[in-house]
Amino acid sequence: MTRTASLCTASATGILALAVVGLVVGDFPVPAREALATAIWDRGSEFDFVVNSLRFPRVVVAVLAGICLAVSGALFQTLIDNPLVSPDIIGIDTGAAAMAVAVLALGLDTRLLPYAAFAGAVGTAGLIFVLSWRRGFSGGRLVLVGIGINALLTAVITYMLVRFPIERVSAAARWQAGTLSSSSWGDARTLAIGMALLVPAAFLLIRQLRVMQLGDDTAIALGVGLEPSRLTVIIVGCGLAATVVAVVGPLGFVALLVPHVARALAGAFSGGVLLLTALLGAVMLLSADLVAQRLFAPTVLPAGVVTAAMGGPYLLFVLRRFNRAA
Amino acid sequence: MDAGRLSWRCHLAGLFGAGALLIVVGLLSLRYGVLRVDVATVWDAVWHYDRNNQSQVVVRELRVPRTIIGILAGAGFAVAGALTQGVTRNPLGSPGILGTNAGAAFAVVTAIYSAGITTPAGYVWFAFAGALGATVLVYLVASAGASGPTPVKLALAGAVISALLGSWTAALLLLDLETLDQARFWLAGSLSGRGTEEVELLLPVVAVALAAALCMGRQVNALSLGEEMATGLGQRTALVRATAGLCVVALAGSAVAMAGPVAFVGLAVPHIVRSVLGPDYRWIILYSALLGPCMLLGADIVGRLIISPAELQVGIVSAAIGAPFLIYLVRGTKLAQL
Repeated sequence: MTRTASLCTASATGILALAVVGLVVGDFPVPAREALATAIWDRGSEFDFVVNSLRFPRVVVAVLAGICLAVSGALFQTLIDNPLVSPDIIGIDTGAAAMAVAVLALGLDTRLLPYAAFAGAVGTAGLIFVLSWRRGFSGGRLVLVGIGINALLTAVITYMLVRFPIERVSAAARWQAGTLSSSSWGDARTLAIGMALLVPAAFLLIRQLRVMQLGDDTAIALGVGLEPSRLTVIIVGCGLAATVVAVVGPLGFVALLVPHVARALAGAFSGGVLLLTALLGAVMLLSADLVAQRLFAPTVLPAGVVTAAMGGPYLLFVLRRFNRAA
Repeated sequence: MDAGRLSWRCHLAGLFGAGALLIVVGLLSLRYGVLRVDVATVWDAVWHYDRNNQSQVVVRELRVPRTIIGILAGAGFAVAGALTQGVTRNPLGSPGILGTNAGAAFAVVTAIYSAGITTPAGYVWFAFAGALGATVLVYLVASAGASGPTPVKLALAGAVISALLGSWTAALLLLDLETLDQARFWLAGSLSGRGTEEVELLLPVVAVALAAALCMGRQVNALSLGEEMATGLGQRTALVRATAGLCVVALAGSAVAMAGPVAFVGLAVPHIVRSVLGPDYRWIILYSALLGPCMLLGADIVGRLIISPAELQVGIVSAAIGAPFLIYLVRGTKLAQL
């Protein structure tokens, strides 16, 4: 068994183990055996509500969102060839957040929230792409335009936070931190649809991405249409990020951190590494959510806060690696 | 126009123009707001202050401190941006992009949350320390590796660290509704509601750093040609870099501490100056010190009038003006070569 394959197996096992832990632990104690039985076949169990309506959907949402975010981050990092890029850094999450905060701050129907967030994410991605297009496409320009758009949208959010009464503002602040605690089967279904459409597309793009990594000239010589391929990669990456942010809110650093870890463990970008990235994404979000639930129990932190806290050590890790390379 | 060789007469006229603009903007800032007052009242408020005249009280107690803070913070942001851009040879060098704002915001929210500090004067040193820490960290992360701090690496390191600090800030704000209520106005970046206390605390810092920066033009010029060239010209590059870094942190830190996280003044002003005057940092720094306050006060005046009688915070106005400017800059071919 190759190194990548064994790492994938280990990650998959990790996901299963964390999922079981996610079903078992919580404020309401459920014995492990009972929890599994209830989740898998025993519909009549006394734990049915806790396990099947609260914990199981939450675990599934964490797994799916983790996979989507990690794959999205891997696409962006490979395309732009920079380990510090991810959809949340270039403003796609902020676009979603601006729309979502508008819905909450204006006191509109909260059922609009996921649609508004999705529209915000897709609109922002489109805007960034259009504005960074100038006689062709450059990854560096995309990043910088994204950072500019991010600042602009942050100002819009700040305006709304200052302008509206504190009760609505606090709901908006809560949403912005990214939380899995109210996940439902409906959320899981939305994520599953997005994943089923976009993750296979990401795997189909692997060849083009690997060729593009060799440089523009080589890619053209090998018959890869640069602009169409780039556009497809960006659409798929943004679509994944937009789906997740619409369902669970902005969860920083999963998309940034996981592809990096996968690369460090398994080497250069390939199908196996992308699979490993996806699985590790699920592992990271599951464990972040568990920490968020249990660290200050019964107070539940938003998962986004925990994923961001994991970003600190990661930065030190990048710093050390860069220094060694220099 | 070969801008590097503008004659002294041109510069004299230019400096006179910039100075006049600053005075005009300063006067507008004293006059306009929810309550409009005429020039005579402004004059009296400054020179023959009458405590019983309400218009004079507004000018003296609210608008004079506000204008002074706008001038100091604007100069601080713009000169810090000019120095960063020159020393790092990086067109994106500026306090907002390098994480200064996020660091200050995080420190201030921490201070409100854990120490229960509620007055802007109390935030000052926290903002200063946070700005310092974050900027140094961003620079360290970006300059790691063989290629040094390239524009994209700096911007990304700044964005990543800002995001990290931002989410920690968000976590603190979530834990406590009162902290959120306190902090949200500071976080928007604003010149209002700041008293004279901050000015008294920070004026010496800004003055010394500005003076040092104005004397460093020649050294920054050499460094902006590149490390080897500067060494060849007999510069002690490490010393110059360290001094410039100290100035940047002092200026940007004071500016954030006074005005809150205001983006883009530090980015845009030196660029505008350079595009007109060419790459001579002796002049860029001087003009930035005069035009930075014009932009910040101008944005503040727009914010006061645009949704009157309510006010739009200066940080929001300057991001609304500055972000399109950044995008325009990035789309220019010059940046792509760097």
